[in-house]
Amino acid sequence: MPKTMLTVATRKGTFVLDSDDRRDWTLRGPYCEGWPCYHAIYDPTTGEIYAAAASEWHGSTIWRSGDLGETWEMSSEGLSYGDDDGRKISKVSTLARAGDRLLVGVEAPGIFESRDNGRTWSLLSTLSGQHGSEAWDDPANQPPGHLGISGFVADPADSDSFFAIVQGVGAFETEDGGSSWTPRNKGLRRDWPADYEDVGFCVHKLVRSSDPQRMYQQNHVGMHRSDDAGQSWTEITEGLPGDFGFAAAVHPHDTETFYVIPVDGGHGRTMHEGKATVWRTRDAGSSWQPMRKGLPQENAHLGVLRQAMTIDSHDEPGVYFGSSTGQVFASADEGETWSEIASYLPSISSVDVAVLD
Amino acid sequence: MADVRLPGTLTPLFPGLPRRVEVEAPTVLAAIDSLEAQWPGLRDRLVAEGPALRSHIHAYVDGERAGLDTPVAERSRLDVIAAISGG
Repeated sequence: MPKTMLTVATRKGTFVLDSDDRRDWTLRGPYCEGWPCYHAIYDPTTGEIYAAAASEWHGSTIWRSGDLGETWEMSSEGLSYGDDDGRKISKVSTLARAGDRLLVGVEAPGIFESRDNGRTWSLLSTLSGQHGSEAWDDPANQPPGHLGISGFVADPADSDSFFAIVQGVGAFETEDGGSSWTPRNKGLRRDWPADYEDVGFCVHKLVRSSDPQRMYQQNHVGMHRSDDAGQSWTEITEGLPGDFGFAAAVHPHDTETFYVIPVDGGHGRTMHEGKATVWRTRDAGSSWQPMRKGLPQENAHLGVLRQAMTIDSHDEPGVYFGSSTGQVFASADEGETWSEIASYLPSISSVDVAVLD
Repeated sequence: MADVRLPGTLTPLFPGLPRRVEVEAPTVLAAIDSLEAQWPGLRDRLVAEGPALRSHIHAYVDGERAGLDTPVAERSRLDVIAAISGG
């Protein structure tokens, strides 16, 4: 079996977990000098690990490692709105590879790109002109967490086509490398008044299945599915213990199978009833099954953030999630059984997985 | 030459950067830019858009709280401090 590697971003640095069999895991780290890391990914294009980090003292940067975490460098060259713009970067929130671009989402909301694999950066888009954009540069209008651009979904077949999520506003798609954008929020439920019909949605997590037409999302008020590449959405929340959650993952070989972790939507933001549970659908959201075997079922008040669940590409995929209390749980059998593979880490922001041939 | 003292959180980021370094510069910003020439990327770790010192970075020239425009004399001591913050 090829090596499986998890890249875990935490509030105190990035860690790496390695396994040859997905049963025994070895933990390495902390890396990135213990900086608060918001998202760390392994990029199969370059073989590098990238970590988006923001220090209270030293600002935002992207760390990178070309040797799977043994050594690290950092660069924020060009990662700025400039002295005269008025907007400031408080945080780098999310990373994605989109063709020859490495994308980073920042707050105040904006997208920077690197064409040299994280050595230098330039502003790609602020989505200016979109409904809501006139207000979202004001930090006072940002939702808690201050993520700005909180996620991307790239199109493996077209580097100019990708989705970006503006936290608290909605999902947008570009098909021309960020020059123009279209809101992709049609059919989403919202339980609050909004100034515009096409924005004002709190999209937490967006994922694309192996069929590019089939997408899923977890947002502030429910799970949704799209069968037309995000053009429209249908709610699939029924059968879950709640409509709120952050993390979501889609099966790499089965477009009907999708995983979510509902959490309390109030102040708690932890799993319902103190029972750690991943919910799985095998029929695209028509029904849901709780996956609990091996997960703590008593007094387990775990939170899981939007980038903190992932799934690998093995024939029988492994599912992984990291908690805000520093545990990493893994399933090597599509969620049927679970084990805790790391404990006592700092609060986890993201978990990414790579299968290394 | 001014005597510049740097925070311990900075030196691991730049190979060869000492905690204490001598710089000839007329202002705090010029001193930071002088260090930037030797250790590219250092300025961005101390200076935000504006330009302004990052909100949790403080500078003192000869014991007095300073800004980027504060003059630095030939024998000044410039302390750059990572403020007590975080958790």
